[in-house]
Amino acid sequence: MDFSFAKEYEVCRSMFREFAENEVKPLAEEVDEEERFPLETVKKMAACGMMGIPIPKEYGGEGADTLTYILAVEELSKVCGTTGVILSAHTSLCAVPILEYGTEEQKQKFLIPLAKGEKLGAFALTEANAGTDAGAQQTIAEDCGDYYLINGSKIFITNAGYADIFIVMAMTDKKAGTRGITAFILEKGMPGFTIGKHEKKMGIRGSSTCELILEDVKVAKENVLGKLGKGFGLAMKTLDGGRIGIAAQALGLAQGSLDETISYTMERKQFGRAISKFQNTQFQIADMHCKTEAARNLVYKAAWKKDRKEAYSLDAAMAKLFASEVAMEVTTKAVQLHGGYGYTREYSVERMMRDAKITEIYEGTSEVQKMVIAGSILR
Amino acid sequence: MKIVVCIKQVPNTNEIRIDPIKGTLIRDGVDSIMNPDDKAGLETALQLKDDNPNTTITVLTMGPNQATAILREAIAMGADEAILLTDRTFAGADTWATSLTIASAIKKIGFDLIICGRQAIDGDTAQVGPQIAEHLNIPHVSYVSCVETKGSSLIVKREFEDFYQRIKVQTPCLITSLSSMNKPRYMRVGRIFDAYRDLDIKTMGQVDINIDPEELGLKGSPTKVRKTETKQAKKSGVVVELDPKESAEKIISLLAEKYII
Repeated sequence: MDFSFAKEYEVCRSMFREFAENEVKPLAEEVDEEERFPLETVKKMAACGMMGIPIPKEYGGEGADTLTYILAVEELSKVCGTTGVILSAHTSLCAVPILEYGTEEQKQKFLIPLAKGEKLGAFALTEANAGTDAGAQQTIAEDCGDYYLINGSKIFITNAGYADIFIVMAMTDKKAGTRGITAFILEKGMPGFTIGKHEKKMGIRGSSTCELILEDVKVAKENVLGKLGKGFGLAMKTLDGGRIGIAAQALGLAQGSLDETISYTMERKQFGRAISKFQNTQFQIADMHCKTEAARNLVYKAAWKKDRKEAYSLDAAMAKLFASEVAMEVTTKAVQLHGGYGYTREYSVERMMRDAKITEIYEGTSEVQKMVIAGSILR
Repeated sequence: MKIVVCIKQVPNTNEIRIDPIKGTLIRDGVDSIMNPDDKAGLETALQLKDDNPNTTITVLTMGPNQATAILREAIAMGADEAILLTDRTFAGADTWATSLTIASAIKKIGFDLIICGRQAIDGDTAQVGPQIAEHLNIPHVSYVSCVETKGSSLIVKREFEDFYQRIKVQTPCLITSLSSMNKPRYMRVGRIFDAYRDLDIKTMGQVDINIDPEELGLKGSPTKVRKTETKQAKKSGVVVELDPKESAEKIISLLAEKYII
């Protein structure tokens, strides 16, 4: 057993950290306050290869792996949860499924620009009446011979307002239930495909979360991703991978708020000494540190298993459940240790606490993770 | 165009420890980085390559094996080839012996343009770049903040404290770059993997540059450091915050107390 990183991972991590400190952190407050999607950061990430980390070089990527990509999401999320999820949704939910399920033509056409960061990706499964019950899809894809005609709508789609390439789930056979769901690759600007309402959210406010409206969208048959009727399985497998990304985002938020709290409590004086000298502060910080480190081990292990092509669904669910709950707990304690200042927008822990909440909800709620975990051990 | 960029690994701290006997720098246990002026020089070379993809960039450093870290960093940023100049006989070199060693290696490598950082944050001499040019008998321009190519010449901007010169210089030549001239790019993820997994760093030693060992390292160094010390930090001053008239009187009395006036 070896918990050490090879040098290339350490160097990547330090590059991501430097990038996050210099390019992402200075914008984090503004991106949150103004609910502004940081498009300029996406371009900068593309320039250093961050938009295609686990994608092979032959498809425009960097030829690295899931673990490296996870380190990037973690480091970005330490300073800005919004930027972390932009990368996570783009990579895990759009580029990776095209790599894993796409035809050679689809990879050439869609994956290369995604991996190079010339185009941004999104994934559309959730509907107004199909959240945790993702099988209850009402978006319909009607077979019209040469093409499908798609009608319906999707909600809460991450990156939607700025994405160019979307993976969209739709029913190709209403009677077949989840076996009637098929995945399609759609492009921005297709006639009948429009972006609807932009959600106003509690956290990750710079992330573009919108509704997709599909009205008689003609989609060529070569845009079917994977096999006909196999979209539900594809979506579930894609979310297994996505969960590691969200777990990394949660981990970054926990670590980022802990780092802020350590420096704050060493500077802040009450009763004539730094509050870090009080045992309550020390015990809180010890707990926060232990839990964050435990979350890190689960997240890295899930990524490591995915990279080794081992079954990782259970590991991803455990990592996401634990890391997101740790993120909520640690960011809440961080606010508490900052006292009244922590409740103001002057201090970034306030934003981090709001950002952390979503990690317990999207890409499968904590309750869904528990269903996955229990389902795989109580057999 | 063939560009050779000379880079140096320096301690990432202003508190440099000195070997009290040899008078040389102790690098162990100190986090090391690519010297900032050199990194700007590398970025300049990469920008020239962005404009003209036929450009090849060789990065060169002289130092112990641990200096390969900055060569790998340079490759991860986009350089094509990395060479480590290392040999026991090179140890303890002053700027004269260093520049002779580097110039001899560059002569073997071949070049159209050599870029060196203006000076290193550890030694602060600013001598190695110009000395390399002298050894190679080529023109050089120091304190460069901007470079454009024009045929086989370069148009460079040479910075002074309160003015600048625009100079046309014929290649082959050498320039020394200022860290303020650009913002070096980040390493690229895939190139980091290549640089650490598959890259062979070419090394050159005394035999390869074919210079008499008597002219190299400590033996070939006319500079002898007699003593080096870190300056003691000055005490913080006294701030007088009274109204202007009272302040002036107070300051006069304080200066008089110290026999300054």
